[in-house]
Amino acid sequence: MAKELFIKRYWKMLKRPTSVALGLILLFGFAAGIIFWGGFNTSMEMSNKEEFCIGCHEMKDNVYEEYKSTIHYSNRSGVRAICSDCHVPKEWGPKMVRKIQASKELWGKIAGTIDTREKFLDHRLEMAEREWARMKANDSQECRNCHNFEFMDYSEQSNRAFTLHEKAQKNGQTCIDCHKGIAHELPDMSHVDGWGG
Amino acid sequence: MSTHLHLKSPSKFLKSFLTVIAVCLSFGAFADGTSLRGGVLNEEAPAPALKKILETDGNLDRQFVDQPPLIPHDIRGYQVDKNVNKCLSCHSWKNAKKWNAPRISVTHFKNRDGKVLADVAPGRYFCLQCHVPQVDAKPLIENKFKPVESLD
Ligand code: HEC
Ligand code: HEC
Repeated sequence: MAKELFIKRYWKMLKRPTSVALGLILLFGFAAGIIFWGGFNTSMEMSNKEEFCIGCHEMKDNVYEEYKSTIHYSNRSGVRAICSDCHVPKEWGPKMVRKIQASKELWGKIAGTIDTREKFLDHRLEMAEREWARMKANDSQECRNCHNFEFMDYSEQSNRAFTLHEKAQKNGQTCIDCHKGIAHELPDMSHVDGWGG
Repeated sequence: MSTHLHLKSPSKFLKSFLTVIAVCLSFGAFADGTSLRGGVLNEEAPAPALKKILETDGNLDRQFVDQPPLIPHDIRGYQVDKNVNKCLSCHSWKNAKKWNAPRISVTHFKNRDGKVLADVAPGRYFCLQCHVPQVDAKPLIENKFKPVESLD
């Protein structure tokens, strides 16, 4: 009997909370939301940093070392594209998808799939092809965050470059179709479309 | 015995003495001399600024008929190793048309015995052994080379 009463009373309180309680709930919810979201974002940003990416020797000794001599690392104007600029989408949805996919890479790390240079080279074609396919599928979105056909001043380009860019644009081609291996060494390309001599 | 020798070879002694003098003098002359790159020879000259690769629309002239044509475009980061030959991704017979690039000529299929192979001859694989890009660097000494009439 008394138990029923308690439940009833509790139900009533939930159904018609006093305005103070309501305010408190809202306030707590709001604060928790900010903290949670902020923390989430901070950890997302943290895992987009160069130090994070080269925190494991698999990246530091292979792809990072190679990238250091390329134009995306060092150039006349001092603009640098770091790992995440090219390999992690900027939009929220695709970014989450990529980050979740990256959890598979953690297994690779634990299993030591590419923990020597030899193993890395053995897997290089497979990994590169996966990344090319990803870029092809999103129309090289990460390239176009900085380089865009529409914003190119063709008159500043050599005849060679502008003829081909114009042709590519007309044929609906995308950056990665031609610009493979610009920031890292290439794997054996003899069976890759358009490369085998 | 030894004194005997000594007395017997005054000209030898004179020769080496003169050589030493000559070497000293020539060093002195060099110390005064200025380098073609500016500055004096016995001081380390500041390294000249790196020059930009010359990029031209169209080809650079050849100076003699057998000259490997000069590369008229930048080649930074172009990978040529056992995995891939970036040059051939544009200049091979299969790919050249797509890139509006000149094809390698038939000579590039011939091995050293003159036998024509099915693909680029090993001796031609490393393009940069013969083909090089240019920078706009003035020659330090005037070059009097004249191309043959048919190319002039
Ligand atoms: C992206 C495609 C591309 C790549 C890669 C490339 N080239 Fe070229 N190359 C061209 C084009 C296009 C021309 C024609 C230039 C013009 O007419 O403006 C050319 C011209 C040349 C010429 C001049 C030919 C002549 O008859 O004067 C040489 C030599 C040459 N390239 C060598 C090389 C070498 C060596 C490499 C590798 C280090 C290389 N190229 C990589 C596209 C390429
Ligand atoms: C052993 C020296 C040598 C090597 C190595 C070499 N070439 Fe050549 N190349 C020449 C010479 C010499 C010519 C000009 C005469 C001729 O056509 O054979 C030439 C001509 C060319 C031409 C102009 C063809 C034409 O029809 O005008 C191109 C393009 C070219 N080479 C590209 C390449 C590329 C790409 C490679 C690397 C795969 C390469 N060469 C390797 C010596 C070389």
